[in-house]
Amino acid sequence: MQSKPLTLKILDIASVLALAIATYLALIYAPEEAMMGQVQRVFYFHIGTAWTGLLGFLFAAGLGITYLVKQDIKWDIAEVAAVEISAVFFFITIVLGSIWARPIWNTWWTWDPRLTTAAITELIYVAYFMLREGIEDPDRRARFGAVYTLIGGLSAPITFLSIRLFRTIHPVVIGSGDPNATGTFAMTPRMEVAFFFGLFAFTVIFIDLFWNRIRMGQLAAKVEQMKLNLMH
Amino acid sequence: MTTAINHQPPRPSFLKATFAVTWKDLTAEFRSHELFSAMLVFSLLVILIFNFALELDITTRQSVTAGVLWVTFAFAGTLGLNRSMAVEKDRGCLDGLLLAPVDRSAIYFGKAISNLVFMLIVEVIVLPVYSFLYNVNLFNPGLFLVILLGSIGYIAVGTLLASMAIQARTRDVLLPILLFPVAVPVLIAAVKASEGFLAGSDFSTIYAPFSLLIGYDVIFIAVAYMVFDYVVAE
Repeated sequence: MQSKPLTLKILDIASVLALAIATYLALIYAPEEAMMGQVQRVFYFHIGTAWTGLLGFLFAAGLGITYLVKQDIKWDIAEVAAVEISAVFFFITIVLGSIWARPIWNTWWTWDPRLTTAAITELIYVAYFMLREGIEDPDRRARFGAVYTLIGGLSAPITFLSIRLFRTIHPVVIGSGDPNATGTFAMTPRMEVAFFFGLFAFTVIFIDLFWNRIRMGQLAAKVEQMKLNLMH
Repeated sequence: MTTAINHQPPRPSFLKATFAVTWKDLTAEFRSHELFSAMLVFSLLVILIFNFALELDITTRQSVTAGVLWVTFAFAGTLGLNRSMAVEKDRGCLDGLLLAPVDRSAIYFGKAISNLVFMLIVEVIVLPVYSFLYNVNLFNPGLFLVILLGSIGYIAVGTLLASMAIQARTRDVLLPILLFPVAVPVLIAAVKASEGFLAGSDFSTIYAPFSLLIGYDVIFIAVAYMVFDYVVAE
């Protein structure tokens, strides 16, 4: 294992800085929202983590397909990295959303399509780790993981569609709003700065963690190989 | 003799291989009744438990029948799927099947069809029993169609995931954990469509869940067909 590349070191520092700036923008720079008050500030991180988490899951499904085609373990390592970080980001999204929903919707949780889909998606990826946990052979584990991310990646949007059969109260801030939505607001320019910087910051953090996690996965694969060699 | 002797046995056609696997499963099952009796007794027990859990009085019954039926089918289906695959693994039958000179997806379709048959038989018995116990009229062709489509989708994903689950260390508990989150759309759509048909709603309100069911079936049969090779490869 070679030492940490310089680009990654720079990226590490950049993501810490990005997180600090995003925090400043979200908590201090952005004005207080008139209707919802301070709690609206979770929105900047809520969208940032949701965006990267969801893209990460799609990315993982793509990496899974690539693994099945190429049969090279490096794609599997990347896939695990993407799923793991996305699962954590997505969990943060759900927790932040819940904190926001308590004063605005007057409940921690509601069975709204987006919330339900988010919970089920998170469970799919918990199941993904349980599946991997139960299989010792690295090749088989990689194949099953790839197949399951593919199935999960297909099933999550269909779940969303199927729950759409009920109405939604989740606000749509970007794009068209639903008249039933509760907690919608219009962004001022300063809010937009905080919002877009939040998206950017979490994208940088995702890439940084992804890279680090791949390096860790490579080390783990090496250790596993050494263990197997010892046993034979 | 002018024709050359062909030493290679002829490769059976895809359909023939599929039905051979199905036939094997059905014959074994009709001799042992292991799987079927377990699924059936389990479903009846689930329905009885729902009676106490939900206090199924007349007004509740109207609104929860579709949900109770689908939860029962899903649980019984998981039981059947797990068993049908575990049998293959335990006695080394799966390796034998994989050695057969046929397309591997034929094995998948064979297993899926036999699983579907078991699930449908259980459903055919559970429906009249539920009707009888709770005095609800379930004789409704639309409902039957929804049950058929829902079961196809559930079994299509279930057979694929069961063949992964049995190869894991934690195989006894893994299948429902893998299956339920990805089977959510088929269950939601099936419950919605069943409710619609039971309430005698207009087809325009049932159209959305109904087409979702068909879409889900098509997508997941296609995916399972494509990836089954990777699931059983050694």
